[in-house]
Amino acid sequence: MKSQWEILVVDDEEVMRESLAAWLKEDGYRVDTAASGREAIEKSREKDYAIYFVDLKMPGGIDGIETMMQIRKLRRDASIIIITAYATVDTAIAAMKEGAQEYIVKPCNLEEISLLVTRIIKVRTLQRENAMLKKRLRKTYTLNDIISKNPKMQEMFRLIREVASLRSTVLIQGESGTGKELVARAVHSSSDRAEKAFVGVSCAALAETLLESELFGHEKGAFTGAASQKKGKFEQADGGTIFLDEIGDISPKLQMDLLRVLQERSFYRVGGSEEIRVDVRVIAATNLNLQEAVREGRFRDDLFYRLNVINIQIPPLRDRLEDIPLLTRHFIERLSVEIGKDVEDVSEDALQLLLRHNWPGNVRELENSIERALVTSKSRVLTRGDFSFLAQEVEDRDPWSVPAVTLQELEKQAIESAIKRTQGNIKEAASQLGIERSTLYDKIKKYEITRS
Amino acid sequence: MSLIYLTSVGRIEEGLLEILESQLADVFGLRVGCLKPLPEPSYAFDPKRRQYSSVAVMHELMRVCPASGARLLGITEKDLFIPVLSFVFGQAQLNGSLSVVSLARLHQEFYQFAPDQPLLQERALKEAMHELGHTFGLVHCPEKACPMSLATNIHQLDLKKTDWCVSCEILLQEAISR
Repeated sequence: MKSQWEILVVDDEEVMRESLAAWLKEDGYRVDTAASGREAIEKSREKDYAIYFVDLKMPGGIDGIETMMQIRKLRRDASIIIITAYATVDTAIAAMKEGAQEYIVKPCNLEEISLLVTRIIKVRTLQRENAMLKKRLRKTYTLNDIISKNPKMQEMFRLIREVASLRSTVLIQGESGTGKELVARAVHSSSDRAEKAFVGVSCAALAETLLESELFGHEKGAFTGAASQKKGKFEQADGGTIFLDEIGDISPKLQMDLLRVLQERSFYRVGGSEEIRVDVRVIAATNLNLQEAVREGRFRDDLFYRLNVINIQIPPLRDRLEDIPLLTRHFIERLSVEIGKDVEDVSEDALQLLLRHNWPGNVRELENSIERALVTSKSRVLTRGDFSFLAQEVEDRDPWSVPAVTLQELEKQAIESAIKRTQGNIKEAASQLGIERSTLYDKIKKYEITRS
Repeated sequence: MSLIYLTSVGRIEEGLLEILESQLADVFGLRVGCLKPLPEPSYAFDPKRRQYSSVAVMHELMRVCPASGARLLGITEKDLFIPVLSFVFGQAQLNGSLSVVSLARLHQEFYQFAPDQPLLQERALKEAMHELGHTFGLVHCPEKACPMSLATNIHQLDLKKTDWCVSCEILLQEAISR
């Protein structure tokens, strides 16, 4: 995607500067200009450009070579192309010695300049992909990897920065697919524990006994199959962070064990008698309404308060519509590389469709939808047709095409979906349905609706 | 009201402007009209390069461009250049109103071949679509057969077709409907 790259054209002659800039824009790049070496150096201080076109002869004390040397001090890996009207071996040698990547004599032919730019951008793209893949491999995500301009998300970023270096426990709440693990990793990498381990455990994935051994480890012979001593996740995370995902799903016994670890910072391996002390920061996450679970006695209140020292709420994607175009373009950029498709953008009416979708699976669902559209797309632009699988769902949600059911059935469905949407928050669900809380309780009873 | 205007900049191949008028109306789906011819662009001549400054011709077009929102394409027989390049087939304002096409290097005679009128017309249409496409915000397309692909020589221009590729068609229709 050429528009990701910005090029700086530096020349004191306006016609020369603007005509080259205009041609590069037609080729799809973003272009900035500078009328002097001084201006170019200032601009490169603020921003790293993919390529710098610098005219060799410029008045005002700073010529092209000096400009290049100054830019190189600020941007060690800058790709600089020196342009000159006077081809002499000496200037060419001087330019290359000072680190010019290329040297062109004007007027040059279109083919030459086009190949030059394409070659440099190809290398820059590979460098960027390499860095991106390394990052994905090491999973060293930071706050910058969370894409959002939504005010609630910005507030969340501020909170993460403030609390990152504390040892306090963090509870992250958000619907499935909102990026709870990404936020947890961002908290970890913004903290002074960033160099130490980040250990993630999905509490819902394992049976109680397995989870216990997974978290706390076991001694040799502790149970059938425990052939050797094994360190648990808490020990692995010593000095770093443990991320307990889907914490709302753990059994009462494990809730008690966990409470002890949080209070005493120590535990015993399964089948062991030696007390193990660890320095671990705990970040827990859930897509359930834990407050509700506490009220209903399904989750220990003392554990909840221990976990909920710092609470981070991630808003669902439908409440941050302004992020959909940003995220869509981000996923196109990343996934088109991974899938090997030459797709650069999304059409306006396809974006409109994405904005109308409800995204129950949140950012993860959006990512999967982009991937599906990319696989089947035949052009450089994702169209509405590429998202036809979503269009059907959006149409199905049209209030005027409700299925042929009784009014009572319709009311039951409306209540069920409001309860699901608000994660069982009766006050909020009643407000969304436009009825009194007591009326909602009556109807829940009448239709025998479960609230979880 | 016409949304695309054509004009000749100096004397050009007879009948070409009228053919382009109807062909461009077809490919853009817009009304196309012709303005009165402009004089020879002697103001744009660079004696050192013995070529004509494309930027100077664009300035002249700006002076005569009609209503805002309309596009104006100038057609000239003169060989155009911008300072950094040895020549250009044409130039346009990206997302703007103005564009210009040079016929100088579209003639077979330029490459020491016999004249070929239909080929000249076809090349002129492709180049006019390309430059006008830029005024609708389209940038160079990686599809070699699309009129919006970058042609650095006449061979690459001949590889292009006179139909937009799917992507450019979508982007063009969106730009036109805005």
